[in-house]
Amino acid sequence: MLRRQLLHFGAFTLGGLPVSLVHAQNGGQKKLVVVMLRGAVDGLSVVAPYGEREYAASRPQIALPPPGTDDGLLKLDALFGLHPALSPLKRHWDGGQLAFVHASGSPDPTRSHFDAQDYFESGTPGRKSTPDGWMNRLLTALPGEPSPTRAISQGQTPPRIFAGTASVASLGLGPGAMQRRAIDNPQMQAGLAKLYANDAQLSGTLRDATEGRGEMARSMAAGEPRSMDPSADAGAPSARSFAADARRLGTLIRKDPYTQLAFTSVGGWDTHVNQGAARGQLANRLASLGEGLDALSAGLGDTFKDTVIVVASEFGRTLRQNGNGGTDHGRGNVIWLLGGPVAGGQMLGEWPGLDASALADGRDLAVRTDFRQVLAPLLQRHLGLSETALATVFPESPQTWRYANRLLRA
Amino acid sequence: MRNRRFILSSAAALASGVMLAARRSQAASLATSTTTTPPLSADERALHALNRLGYGPRPADATAIAAQGADAWLERFLTEQLEPRRLPQPEALAARLAGMDVLRLGQAELLGRYREAIKATREAKREQSRGMTPGADALNAVREQVRPLVADAATARLARALQSPAQLEEVLTEFWFNHFNVYAGKGPVGVLVADYEQRAIRPHVLGRFRDMLGATARHPAMLTYLDNAQSVVAGYQPPQRARRFLAERPALKARVPAGLNENYARELMELHTLGVDGGYTQRDVTELARMLTGWGLDSRKALIGGTGDLFAFDPRKHDNGAKTWLGLSISGAGPAEGERALDVLAAHPATARHLAHKFAQAFVADEPPPGLVQKLAYNFRATGGDLREFTRTLIRADEFWQRDAYQAKFKTPYQYLLSSLRALDLPLAEPRKLLAALAQAGQPLYGAQTPDGYKSTAAAWRNPEALTQRVQLATTLGQASGISPERLSVTLGASLSDLTRRTLADEPAGQQVALLLASPDFMKR
Repeated sequence: MLRRQLLHFGAFTLGGLPVSLVHAQNGGQKKLVVVMLRGAVDGLSVVAPYGEREYAASRPQIALPPPGTDDGLLKLDALFGLHPALSPLKRHWDGGQLAFVHASGSPDPTRSHFDAQDYFESGTPGRKSTPDGWMNRLLTALPGEPSPTRAISQGQTPPRIFAGTASVASLGLGPGAMQRRAIDNPQMQAGLAKLYANDAQLSGTLRDATEGRGEMARSMAAGEPRSMDPSADAGAPSARSFAADARRLGTLIRKDPYTQLAFTSVGGWDTHVNQGAARGQLANRLASLGEGLDALSAGLGDTFKDTVIVVASEFGRTLRQNGNGGTDHGRGNVIWLLGGPVAGGQMLGEWPGLDASALADGRDLAVRTDFRQVLAPLLQRHLGLSETALATVFPESPQTWRYANRLLRA
Repeated sequence: MRNRRFILSSAAALASGVMLAARRSQAASLATSTTTTPPLSADERALHALNRLGYGPRPADATAIAAQGADAWLERFLTEQLEPRRLPQPEALAARLAGMDVLRLGQAELLGRYREAIKATREAKREQSRGMTPGADALNAVREQVRPLVADAATARLARALQSPAQLEEVLTEFWFNHFNVYAGKGPVGVLVADYEQRAIRPHVLGRFRDMLGATARHPAMLTYLDNAQSVVAGYQPPQRARRFLAERPALKARVPAGLNENYARELMELHTLGVDGGYTQRDVTELARMLTGWGLDSRKALIGGTGDLFAFDPRKHDNGAKTWLGLSISGAGPAEGERALDVLAAHPATARHLAHKFAQAFVADEPPPGLVQKLAYNFRATGGDLREFTRTLIRADEFWQRDAYQAKFKTPYQYLLSSLRALDLPLAEPRKLLAALAQAGQPLYGAQTPDGYKSTAAAWRNPEALTQRVQLATTLGQASGISPERLSVTLGASLSDLTRRTLADEPAGQQVALLLASPDFMKR
């Protein structure tokens, strides 16, 4: 059987041995998936502080109704409720696999999307000259053997977070992402390798492309020789959707025992106009995101128990709705943590409240938790990074978070 | 008449200045480093110009360079490119563009079509949900009335970039459109995007920056995309005549703007002018948003079958109170406040620095030489933002012609696609497929969602997925063209390295064209 599969997918091999067969299966690898919401999602709608008087008062048209009312929030605790469009995720909260860190974000006060995303991805707020992204530094610092698919970047363009020297495989979007392409032809690969011999960057990119694609194709094919794309037989629509892409990513991570890091991003959160409440523009986007995260979990299957999914955005939005039933750029947001190892079902971090005196610049939810304070314990306790290794990922990291011990299951 | 002669002679002076610069840089590199950086040869300079000031060589360009000699060809090319109006448009291109409604209709008509189609489709769907059978025309109105307009806009851009002899104008249009990016996927922006490019960007790419800034600020595409049309004085009430109408329509009433929207004011400073480090605060953002209240669309023209341009300043929506912005005291002055803001921003030294860096990065190197950035910034300020002089400064700069700059830029997917089509001499036969390929490569035309547009640097585009797609495109287009590898090699001429030529000779003939297009030499420009 193994032999037949090898023959069957011989076309994808480079001539080298498939890494997944060279290494023995070492199950139980810990995994980290980062989902970035580009455009600054309104965290005060994702996890709404309905218990604060100022919440509804500041948002006459866009505050979500309290739990227990029509279209109301899904109650998390006495203060917070989850956006009703995220109902597919509620079971993860109830099952203790979903937690939130509110009033979190970057210590740098910029309200520029582009600078704030850059800081989140470089892991060095306030410093633009950092050449690489923190997930690439993490990939270098991870204990254990390297592999072409140890890190997967999903999307068409290279994200800043993976910029750097370590090799990252890339997985395209859409149902055709895993289709056989001209670059999978060994003769083409050989020709390209010769052409790129004097170009270190392109030869590196070529190596990452061919090895990564070969490995991903083999992993995806394992056990399901007739279906290259699992989303195709999972009733997913043929059109591109975040849910189908997320499921594909999850499946790939499940099937490739060497994948430990993955990154994907979703845009369209910059709701300056008519963002809506329980229904409307933001609700529709959140519904599709929630469905996607649920599909990602489903795709991960039994590796969900070893995976932490972090969902974050560059900054939050104004407490008060603006003149158009939308929100402008703000500061504090909410970080989502989903996965088997997460000590879920709880709100983590300090909550500054929404009193005028507690707001940043008198208008925005304050940042009480640095995003690196949340990521650092994940890197150390979940992925097994040493103190020294952590310092290479997050130089000038803020002090240890008071909630670090409560983030993961014992 | 005198004017025209002046233009002609100054263009000629420019061209000889450029040749001087090119030779000077040749002499300079000879003097300083005889071994490491040989100066560009005449053939290389000609290809460099085609690749940076255009979308790369076509077979006909190679023939012309060979026939005229590279120096003479380059001198003429540069002179012509700075006077694009004098270059005749090919008939086939003119005919293709003439048939497009999206380039012919006025703003109000375009918006009218959009609104009617949206309304028809919405009503048809409502009927359908009630079990009725609406007409197919109404049901498909958006698909059949709106989407072709948007597709035509993109086709027009591709056709011009591919076939216009005014290549520099096309490249500058790409740059400045991207600088003042609007996203076709947001509401009516899609039907307005061609008008935006044609009226707010193109006329000014060799004109004045202040004019382009003003034209973008007033264009309905920008006013809609960055929401300024909806940003109003706090506590705004719609006019009396509209109140009863709205009272009966609570859904519409809820959408009547009631206060500020900071979106445009922030991006105007961060992206269009000062740059993110330009020294403004959150307070400056809010104050600028107040100054720009009232800049919006003539709602009556937009609602009823109006004609012409849509921009209108509405004094009732304007916050006429006093403001403090960038340290200036601004007293209420209606639309003059916004005009003053644009004046101040266009003339600000931070704007000159920001634009100079971005321009040099797009046209010279991802890490542009600081000396060049200074030169451009100085020129921008000295000429009051004259973009012809700005562009001329770039083309005259030694830094532009140095070997360090040669083949130093990694092509964006858009540049890669266009240069492939040109090198293969392919017509624009199936624009939809090409537009889909651009979207799949992460650079959909008119499809950059965020106001910062697309980046021009290698770090933003070079990754395994991009390489996979380029090799695919190279294979597909190579096969479609039926061109021989020999002919393609002649067209690419001096841009092909010895290694590429040698390697290719040993490869199977059927794979050579794809490999040429996927070579490092062709991935870069």
